[in-house]
Amino acid sequence: MITYEWLYILAGAFFAIWALLSFRDRRWGNGAFWGLLAASFLFGSHIGDFANGVLVLAMVGIAGLGLLKRSDPPTTSPEERLNFSAVFGNRLFLPALIVPLTAVVGTLLYNYTPFGETGLFEPRRETLILFGVGVVVALGVAIVWLRPPVLAPAEEGRRLLDSIGWAAILPQMLAALGAVFALAGVGDVIGALAGEVIPENSVFVSVVVFCLGMALFTMIMGNAFAAFPVMAAAIGIPLLVEGYGGNPAVIGAVGMLAGFCGTLLTPMAANFNIVPAALLELDDQNGVIRQQVWTAIPLWVCNVAIIYIAGFWLWS
Amino acid sequence: MNYWPLLGIALVVVGFALRFNPLLVVVTAAVATGLLAGLDIVAVVEALGRTFNDNRYISVTWIILPVIGLLERYGLQQRARAVIESVRGATMGKLLVLYLGFRQITAALGMKDIGGHPQAVRPLVAPMAEAAATKSHGVLPEAERQKVLAMSAATDNVGLFFGEDIFFAIASILLIQGVFEAAGYPLTPLQLSVWAIPTAICAFVIHGGRILAMDRRLGRLPPPTPGEERA
Repeated sequence: MITYEWLYILAGAFFAIWALLSFRDRRWGNGAFWGLLAASFLFGSHIGDFANGVLVLAMVGIAGLGLLKRSDPPTTSPEERLNFSAVFGNRLFLPALIVPLTAVVGTLLYNYTPFGETGLFEPRRETLILFGVGVVVALGVAIVWLRPPVLAPAEEGRRLLDSIGWAAILPQMLAALGAVFALAGVGDVIGALAGEVIPENSVFVSVVVFCLGMALFTMIMGNAFAAFPVMAAAIGIPLLVEGYGGNPAVIGAVGMLAGFCGTLLTPMAANFNIVPAALLELDDQNGVIRQQVWTAIPLWVCNVAIIYIAGFWLWS
Repeated sequence: MNYWPLLGIALVVVGFALRFNPLLVVVTAAVATGLLAGLDIVAVVEALGRTFNDNRYISVTWIILPVIGLLERYGLQQRARAVIESVRGATMGKLLVLYLGFRQITAALGMKDIGGHPQAVRPLVAPMAEAAATKSHGVLPEAERQKVLAMSAATDNVGLFFGEDIFFAIASILLIQGVFEAAGYPLTPLQLSVWAIPTAICAFVIHGGRILAMDRRLGRLPPPTPGEERA
């Protein structure tokens, strides 16, 4: 059975190559950083929690001291790229499509055809594993077709990786922060505080506080998943559903979406807001968030209105 | 109740506001929160190590970078621009509204892995949007060019967030179901996911309207002075 452990070895090999190429390029900080991440992927399951924790602190130290730099491996010039794009034409899109198609079609086949009964993949892990398969296939096709220099795929990957820099592990680090927050009982405190600020007998104010709590707590944690159980337990279920008799399906579904509005507004949602700013080489790290503000705020208002109208008015 | 762990949240907010390195901010907040909750330093380092290790799957997705980088080496971005330049009547507004709808519908059908920032926005959507904007409005000032790129990324996010919950077998719907079931309210995923539709429509109207407004605003910009032109 193919498990996540296989993917970790694959990813560990990729990061190890990037570390070696960084060392060859005399970018010691980059080499050490990606080397430690490679070690996390390759050996993380075996070295114990404390060693993993020290590894994390070492990576953060390297990034915090500003030792991670952009890199500039040799590549083709803009003129050469224009010529290549004319030669290869729209077929250039095909290898890029292999990865999502493998993930999506593979997942559908695995879940809805007898292919799933083979038990080839770890349960509920098939999409990411198929993503890995798609990457390997797409890389193979592109190398055979385009015949690049031997090191070109790794060097082009390193250029992109170094343009993302430390932000590449920020989403993973935020997930770790969320777990530590949960361990420390931060959610319970927030829920208790939110429950205290609501006046008696006001359905509308309760809906607003519920949605505001979802959005703000999502902004702090970087995703709505951490906020939802807390706000549902503090306000959504005891007050909106049980106290005022609202429609649980509307309150649950739209409450989560009010949290998603918060995701659009926070640098803590790094993979959606900070990573693309790095990938697109924007001067402003918060440039993507700035474009989302005036979508998120009116949409949050819509969510409040939907819960109030569909969850209470139309329901009773 | 022990309110001290909330200081960790304050650290995150202040750290981001003062523009310290975010990794440093996050780990400092995690360590401080753990210590304030009464854990000893070894236990905090262990908790950090265990949770970082458990979430490695999040960073696996970077293995796509060699594929994208290699295709860019052979002109993928240039090709994306050429396609847009060859389509008559292509505008940035139409293109991004179309992508918004496409992203919402595919995500609603469970195909949220089509799209995304490294695999679609950087190599395809953003260069196409820039090419379309340049085609209708001439070469853009650098600040405006960056806004077009940022809007492309924003459109991918909005399309994904407010499409995916219409698909019933997605993690967030299952989480809602689990929380309500534990409280004694059994709901089916389908009961929940239909209620994502009104918000999805609002998101399309609001964000689509903003994209079109941005395109119109770009058209009203004064023509670029020679000094601002990009090489």
